Amino acid sequence: MDEVKIRIENLYKIFGPRAQSVLAQVQQGMSKQELLEKHNHVLGLKDINVAVTPREISVIMGLSGSGKSTLIRHVNRLIEPTSGRIVVDGQDVLTMTKEELIDFRRHKVSMVFQRFGLHVHKTVAENAAYGLAIQGTPIRQAKERSRKWLERVGLSGFEDHYPSQLSGGMQQRVGLARALATDAEILLMDEPFSALDPLIRTDMQDVLLGLQEELHKTIVFITHDLDEALRLGDRIAILRDGAVIQQGDPQEIILHPADDYIFDFIKDINRSRVIEAKSVMTPGASVDGPELPHDLVLEEALQVVSASKRKMANVVDADGTAVGSIELQQIIDAVARPAEDSDEDPTYR
Amino acid sequence: MDFLTEFPGMERQALRDLKKAIDGGFRDFSREFGEALENFFEPLLWFLVWFEKLLRATPWPLIILVIALFAWLGSRSKAVVAGSVLSFLAIGYFGMWNDTMSTLAIISVATLLCITVGIPFGVLMARSDRTQTAITPILDIMQTIPAFVYLIPVVMLLGIGKVPGLIAVCIYAIPPIVRLTNLGIRLVEKEALEAADAFGADYRQKLFGVQIPLALPNIFAGVNQTIMMALSMVVIASMIGVAGLGVPVLRSISNQYLALGLMNGLAIVALAIIFDRVSQRFGERLQRHRKGIDHG
Ligand SMILES: Nc1ncnc2c1ncn2[C@@H]1O[C@H](COP(=O)(O)OP(=O)(O)OP(=O)(O)O)[C@@H](O)[C@H]1O
Ligand SMILES: [Mg+2]
Repeated sequence: MDEVKIRIENLYKIFGPRAQSVLAQVQQGMSKQELLEKHNHVLGLKDINVAVTPREISVIMGLSGSGKSTLIRHVNRLIEPTSGRIVVDGQDVLTMTKEELIDFRRHKVSMVFQRFGLHVHKTVAENAAYGLAIQGTPIRQAKERSRKWLERVGLSGFEDHYPSQLSGGMQQRVGLARALATDAEILLMDEPFSALDPLIRTDMQDVLLGLQEELHKTIVFITHDLDEALRLGDRIAILRDGAVIQQGDPQEIILHPADDYIFDFIKDINRSRVIEAKSVMTPGASVDGPELPHDLVLEEALQVVSASKRKMANVVDADGTAVGSIELQQIIDAVARPAEDSDEDPTYR
Repeated sequence: MDFLTEFPGMERQALRDLKKAIDGGFRDFSREFGEALENFFEPLLWFLVWFEKLLRATPWPLIILVIALFAWLGSRSKAVVAGSVLSFLAIGYFGMWNDTMSTLAIISVATLLCITVGIPFGVLMARSDRTQTAITPILDIMQTIPAFVYLIPVVMLLGIGKVPGLIAVCIYAIPPIVRLTNLGIRLVEKEALEAADAFGADYRQKLFGVQIPLALPNIFAGVNQTIMMALSMVVIASMIGVAGLGVPVLRSISNQYLALGLMNGLAIVALAIIFDRVSQRFGERLQRHRKGIDHG
C-alpha cells in the first residue's frame, strides 16, 4: 500500500494580515507564542507533512486549538495556505482555477461538519440532495438519488422533516447522507461526532465503520477523542500546536509514544483492549501451542495463552498463515503502563 | 471683539453668488435632462396610473374580497382578516373609498419599487465591508434629511405629479429594506455557508440557495418597515400632487376641518396596521422551521 491519495507537503498556515512577511521567521523556528507576542499573528499550522493512503480512515487527533480544523480545510482549500503543497490524486489543489476548484469540490471531496452545517430552511431530503443539486442535477432527481443514502443511515420516513425537528444524532446522519450522496472518493470529517452523546457517538461510529467496509472511501477523520481515534483509525496523526508530532499505525503510537504529550494522551486507555497480538509477538518461529488471530486484542489473547499448556501461542494472519508467536510474559509487559520518566523529551511538562 | 460675537462667515455677496451658481447649474441640468428623466419614468407613471384606475374602477365588494384573501394568505389569522374587512367597510362608509384606493395604489407601487431596487443594493452591501461603508452614509442621509429638502430638486427635475411623489416616497422608504437585506445576509450562520462552499456552490448558488432564503425573515422585516415609512409619507407626497388620503388631510390643515383630518388620518393608520400585521405574521411564518436548531 504505497499509493498516496492526499499528500500534504511543508504546509504552513499563519493567520494575520502580513502572514507572508513573517513566514520566514516561522520557518526558522519561531514559536507560536513568540509569533503572537512579537507580530500578533497566529500560527495555525507548522511544516505539516502527511500522506493519506486511499481507501482507509486516517485520523488526525489533537487537543482543542491544535489546528485540526485548519488542516482538514486545506484539503479542499476552504482555507488558503501561507506556504506548502497539497496534492490530491497527483493534482496540485493550489494551482486549480476557480472553476477547477468548484468542480473538485463538487465531485471529488465531500465534507461532514462538527456542527452539522445543515441548511435549516430545507427539508431532510433537500439537505441530503444538496451536493447533487449543486452539481446541476434537477432537484427531483437529486432527491431520488439521495434517498438511498438517507435509508442507509437510517432516516427513512424523515424526508419531509426539517433539521430543527431532529435530534443531534439524526441531524448528523443527514450530514453524512449529504456527504455520501455525491459519490465523492474523499470524505473529510471534522469532529463529526464530537457534539453527540457518548452512546449516540458509538452508534454513529458503527454506522461509519459499516459504510466504510462497503464503500472503501478515503476518509480523513478529525477527533480529539483517543478512543474514537483507535476505534476508527487505520492510521493516526497527532497534532500539537499546529505541528504533527507523531503519525503512523495506532499500535505503534501506543507502544512507542514519541513524547510526553502523546504519552499523556494514551496513558489512561485500557491497553489490554487496544493492543493487538501482532504488535507484541515475536515474528517468525512457530511454537507448540494454540493459534490465535493476529488482530486479537491482548485481553482475549491472554485467555488463550494462559489456558495453553506451555503459556504460549502461535499468531496467524487473516489467511491462517503463522506469522509469529506470543508468550505470556510479552502480554504482561505490553499491558503494563510504561514508566513516565522513560521519555527523551524533558522540555515538556 | 467683533471676531467673537460675529461668526467670521463667508462674505454676503459671495454667498449669494454661490447659491445662485448652484441653483443655475441645477436648473440648467434639469432643463437638459428633465425630459429624458421624465421619459425614463414614463413606464412607471403608466403603471401607477393604470393600477390606480384599476383599483378605483373595481367594484368595492371585489376589492374587499381580495383584501381579505391577501390578509388570510399573509397572516393565516381570522382576527387579522376580520379587522381588515371591517376597516375597509368603515373607510367606505365614511366616504374615503376613492382616496384610499389611490393611496393603496401609490403605496403598492412604491413598495414594489423599493423591493426591486433595495434588495439588490442590500446584496451588494453584504458582499464586502467596502461597499457597506460606502452605502451606509448614503442611507443615513436619505433617512435623516427632511423630506422637504429633497422635494425641491425632485420637483425642479420632474415637476409636480405622481412620479416625483413616488420618487420622494421611495427615497424616504427604501433605506430599511437595504439595511435589513444586508444585515440578514451577514447574519447567516458561517456553518451553513461553509457547507455550501465545501460542496462546490458558486456565488449565485450560495446567494439564492442559502443566503437570501436564510435572510428572508430579516428581509421581510425590512419590507414591513418600508411599507410603514411609505405610508407616513402619504401626506407630504400629496403636497406635490399625489392623490390619496393625504389631500384631504392637507385641506383640513389649511381650513381647520378637524373631523375631516381625523378621519383621513385614521384611515392611514388603519392601512398601516393592516399592512403591518399581515406582513409581520407572514415573516413569523417564514421562521417557523428555524426554532431550536442549536443542538451542538
Ligand atoms: N480565522 C482565524 N484567524 C485567526 N486565528 C485562527 C483562525 N482560525 C483558527 N485560528 C487559530 O488557529 C489555531 C487552530 O485552530 P483550529 O480551529 O484549527 O483548532 P482545532 O484543533 O480545530 O480546535 P477545536 O478542537 O477547538 O475545533 C487556534 O489557535 C485558533 O485560534
Ligand atoms: Mg475544530
